[in-house]
Amino acid sequence: MITVEGLTKRYARNVAVNNISFEVGKGEIVGFLGKNGAGKTTTMRVLTCFLPPTEGKASVAGFDVLDQPMDVKRNIGYLPETPPVYPEMEISDYLSFVARLKGISGADIKKRVDEVCERTALGDVRNKIIGKLSKGYRQRVGIAQAIIHNPPVLILDEPTSGLDPEQQLHVRNLIASLSGDHTIILSTHILSEVEQSCSKVIIINEGRIVAVDSVDALHKRGRATEIVAIEVSGADGFTVKQKLEEVAGVARVVSRDSKSGNVAFEVEGLEGSFIRPDLARTIVHAGWHLTELRTVGESLEEIFLDLTRAEKTDAKTDSKKEAEGSAQ
Amino acid sequence: MRNVLTICSKEIKSYFVSPIAYLLLGLFGLISGYFFYSATAFFVMSGLRQQMQGSQQPMSINEYVIAPLLGNSSVVGLFLIPLISMRLFAEEMKSGTIELLLTSPVRDWEIVLGKWAGAMAMYLCVLGVSALNIATLFIWGSPDWRPVLTGLLGLALQGGCLLAIGTFISTTTRNQIIAGGATFAVSLLLWVLSWVTSYNEASWAQVIAYLAIPTHYEPFAKGVLDTKDLVYYLSVIFFGLFMTKRSLESLRWRS
Repeated sequence: MITVEGLTKRYARNVAVNNISFEVGKGEIVGFLGKNGAGKTTTMRVLTCFLPPTEGKASVAGFDVLDQPMDVKRNIGYLPETPPVYPEMEISDYLSFVARLKGISGADIKKRVDEVCERTALGDVRNKIIGKLSKGYRQRVGIAQAIIHNPPVLILDEPTSGLDPEQQLHVRNLIASLSGDHTIILSTHILSEVEQSCSKVIIINEGRIVAVDSVDALHKRGRATEIVAIEVSGADGFTVKQKLEEVAGVARVVSRDSKSGNVAFEVEGLEGSFIRPDLARTIVHAGWHLTELRTVGESLEEIFLDLTRAEKTDAKTDSKKEAEGSAQ
Repeated sequence: MRNVLTICSKEIKSYFVSPIAYLLLGLFGLISGYFFYSATAFFVMSGLRQQMQGSQQPMSINEYVIAPLLGNSSVVGLFLIPLISMRLFAEEMKSGTIELLLTSPVRDWEIVLGKWAGAMAMYLCVLGVSALNIATLFIWGSPDWRPVLTGLLGLALQGGCLLAIGTFISTTTRNQIIAGGATFAVSLLLWVLSWVTSYNEASWAQVIAYLAIPTHYEPFAKGVLDTKDLVYYLSVIFFGLFMTKRSLESLRWRS
């Protein structure tokens, strides 16, 4: 549905997006993850034909953004970072205006406005002036205008930023309800959002893509061995530790602080071993109470920070090498 | 064309849901009402005096009331037009709604034309106030209607030029006050260019005077419809809108 190949966008002084390539298939929800200024908005603006690319190609629904911008625009619904609403207009007037702009025929406009108002739960306030709405409602109006022409591709730039937790949840549910019919790219720097809504993640840092993967695959990334957190009550730490170290496949046992007064450990298995059942059996056989046993996955936050940091160090060494090279 | 109408009607609504339209109509109504009253009162007084002196020469209401009234309207328009045009694009760029327009399946020229036409409609409403004043003269008198029509047409074209320039200037900044101020400065300059010929007869001075906007209004005020002036006004409008379209395109490359 969306293909980006070697896309570069340069502004007068800096490079916002540097030679990125990715693909998004039909019906996928893709999270575009990156810090502020990483190049998310620029990429989205290129995809929506708001900005022309400096180099490279991008196409949406089979149409090239440079050669067939009108076709691309017809197939895209776009919510910019700040919802593009006219504060002096009423919601229904505004949505009719957008519907007309998107080329919906006069007879269908009312029907479509009713539909999106219902879908975004704007029915009760549709005759209110947009300027008087709360931020959450304004964001919903923004989403309503993006889906009014029922486009196959939705591009949402930070759809939940600045909303309170309840509003965030509402918007997230709304996005989830849109999946299936639509291919969605949404940018965010809230990682839990990606975990909840997206099937695939693109992590971008300083204009480069550092990872394209599914959320599950990202969690497993960089972790060949299993780490299990264990909490045991009714025993002293030293004995338990000794017992656990004897279990087959255990590489290391590290004591952990426990708040409840129990003894707690992090047990790392050898590569390829599956140690959880054996650990549980050992503890139960010894007559202790097993209060907790779970696999510790690396959080998306850690992965994200690792990836973006690694990129930075790489870039630094690269530039160092370059500097050395030019000195020679 | 549908898109032009969509944008145009949205613009007109925007003027009328905000205080701008009422402010402009009110201010212009007040000022042109005052001019109208003064000119008519002066006309009546002079008429009575002439009758008392036994003069046989009839006084022309076109010459004494309508022409000065239209002339004054054109000067007042000079001040009001920047207020109409300044928000057209500056506001959209500031609030980010320009992203909606530029990512909708609408061509740039449709946006430009729609915006300008909306502003033009607002300006014509303002002119309508002036026309209402003059219309009352037809109830109690019988002025020549031809110079009235050409005069109003001249005012509309003149306004169209300044609005096209104002629309262009509005695409160059996010700040409405800068857009309005710059439009006023450029309009004023185009106004006073005609003064050149009062102290210089050289051919370059003639060229500069030709560029001045009021130079081309005078024939209209007298009831003369000259193609030369029509061409001038239409080409300034075209040029202004063309520059606006170019500026809108460059916005994509600049931002």
